[in-house]
Amino acid sequence: MAEASKAQKMSVSDEVVVSMDSVNKWYGQFHVLRDINLTVNKGERIVVCGPSGSGKSTLIRCLNRLEEHQDGSINVHGIELNNDVKNIDEIRREVGMVFQHFNLFPHLTILENCTLAPIWVRKMPKAEAEATAMKYLERVKIPEQAHKYPGQLSGGQQQRVAIARALCMEPQLMLFDEPTSALDPEMIKEVLDTMVSLAEDGMTMVCVTHEMGFARKVANRVIFMDEGQIVEQNEPEAFFSNPQNDRTKLFLSQILDH
Amino acid sequence: MSKKVTMDNKLAFVRTEDAPILPPPASEAGITGWLYQNIFASMSDFSSAGASIRSVLMGLFSFGLLYVGITQLWGLLDFAIFSAVWSDPDGLKREACWTVEQGGQLPAGWHAACWPFIAAKLKFLTYGAYPADELWRVNLAGFVGLVGLVYVLIEGLPARRHVGILMLTIYPLMAFILLTGGNLDVDYGNVGLYVLISLGLITMARMGAAGRFGSSFQDLSGIFSVAGWLLIVYAVILSVVGVDTSLEPVDTRDWGGLLITLVVAITGIVASLPLGILLALGRRSNMPVTRLICTIFIEFWRGVPLITVLFMASVMLPLFLPEGVNFDNLLRALIGVMLFSAAYMAEVVRGGLQAIDKGQYEGADAVGLSYWQSMRLIILPQALTHVIPGIVNTFIGLFKDTTLVSIVGIFDLLGGVQSTLADAAWSTPVQGLTGYLFVSVIFFIFCFGMSRYSIYMERKLSRGRSH
Repeated sequence: MAEASKAQKMSVSDEVVVSMDSVNKWYGQFHVLRDINLTVNKGERIVVCGPSGSGKSTLIRCLNRLEEHQDGSINVHGIELNNDVKNIDEIRREVGMVFQHFNLFPHLTILENCTLAPIWVRKMPKAEAEATAMKYLERVKIPEQAHKYPGQLSGGQQQRVAIARALCMEPQLMLFDEPTSALDPEMIKEVLDTMVSLAEDGMTMVCVTHEMGFARKVANRVIFMDEGQIVEQNEPEAFFSNPQNDRTKLFLSQILDH
Repeated sequence: MSKKVTMDNKLAFVRTEDAPILPPPASEAGITGWLYQNIFASMSDFSSAGASIRSVLMGLFSFGLLYVGITQLWGLLDFAIFSAVWSDPDGLKREACWTVEQGGQLPAGWHAACWPFIAAKLKFLTYGAYPADELWRVNLAGFVGLVGLVYVLIEGLPARRHVGILMLTIYPLMAFILLTGGNLDVDYGNVGLYVLISLGLITMARMGAAGRFGSSFQDLSGIFSVAGWLLIVYAVILSVVGVDTSLEPVDTRDWGGLLITLVVAITGIVASLPLGILLALGRRSNMPVTRLICTIFIEFWRGVPLITVLFMASVMLPLFLPEGVNFDNLLRALIGVMLFSAAYMAEVVRGGLQAIDKGQYEGADAVGLSYWQSMRLIILPQALTHVIPGIVNTFIGLFKDTTLVSIVGIFDLLGGVQSTLADAAWSTPVQGLTGYLFVSVIFFIFCFGMSRYSIYMERKLSRGRSH
């Protein structure tokens, strides 16, 4: 067995951050999430993988209510996600999300992108919000771009800004929805490096990604989804070297053999 | 001369020397490049007989168009400026603009504008029948409005935002009092009652938001707060317009000319944008009832001609109102114009909202912004920027549609000109042309101004935001 990376040696506490209990979701007639049970502890790094259309994005989008589940219960940070707008707002304050297409606000500068939510949602004074934003922009290594607009940055830089923007709310949990899928190959590394350093600092993370190198290096659990179900989950080493389910084997052979 | 690097059909190739960076050919840069690309590109191909004929035809066509354009423009300038009669020093009135055949002094065949006619009617065309002693009030309101507007439109002036807020809050009240004289019949007992009720509502909203009345009330606290503040604003407006200003009241029936045009246009423009935004958001709302109401409203007002709206407002509406209840003809027309243009504006804004990527909504949601915050900070700034041409198009259309109020007996600029045409003291063959030319010039100045400002705004807002 390969030596565990620094991130994998981080301790995982017993405190539960996310618990999904028999969650079901439908798009019209289509049963997109089928009986999902998942618990994420504080400090855990979870990678969710699976073929296209398997419901992985839908799964993590349910965690901050970008998608609504119809059955079962989801608790994030001890707060039940239901139709109560206040609960949703409270959860969104504590959960950061990074999207495939960055979703930066193009009409605001990088700095304004990062300070917007702290100022309006956390009611932080502007100077303090800017100081926090600069701290996280330095963390993702682009403080010098603070006064540019997103359109002037490369894809990799934009994605790092998106990570900084989420961090500015000082979230308890970070969700990554295929953060490197829309990037040019030479920019994937800079984003993954940022994510690794985040993991090394003990951030609780749920990542939908096809970057298996990242999963091996950082995750303490890999979840494989297919047709809306969790088919298999395991520690990364065991998951990659000794998959049990046939569908997992097929998937791994398809993404690794080329 | 550098050694030429060749790349034959061999598989292996290694560049040893960079290819030189050369200046562009004359057809790409400089004045010759501009001339070639913009004028001669389509008529300089003489490579074959057919191409030569085409080039010559294109050349003839271009110069033909140029000729027509110049002669038309010359004709207009000649009519309006060079051959026009500019003054009437002897007070001859219509005879100042008569030719020899008609009994005047001007050479036979003279045909140009008769500006003394406009000069004589200028006061009427600007103010209508507004009492002469009170014109300072109109002038003051116009002057303050103009200064405020220019201040708000120029970028980089200090406290621009504050001036803008004053222009949208205090100025309308001030203009209302100056123009009408204020001093409306207001029952101050009612005003006091409104203030009490609204204070109660706001207190309840505050306590509700703090969770004093249980969670179900907490959700309603926003509505209570909005209602409370609206009521307070209403009470403030009532108490201001009720103040005894000792200004002579001027009935809106005495208003006219440019004054009416500007009052109708500005009220319509200022009210239609916020109303249109609310309607557009409502039409895209997840709440079915809100969506239905907004859709019906928009489709109704868009489906009816403005003339019908104005007729309904001025002729039909009084029939439905109880006897004795009667409100101002101009006010009714204003409300009609406002709602009509709001419906158009709503569709323009909706177009902008539809152009916004779903990711922007999700990005705003994910960082925890509320619906109104994400609309105000993220979605609307982008959506409105996209549709500036459409918004200004609607404004310009509205500005010109104000002329329709003359159909319900309100004499705007065009209506004013038309009524002066009946003045036999100025009866000349060019009376009508001069009057309509004057109206066209005034309208053109306003509309062209709006158009140029919108182009400036587009440039400014698109700066640095390339994708």
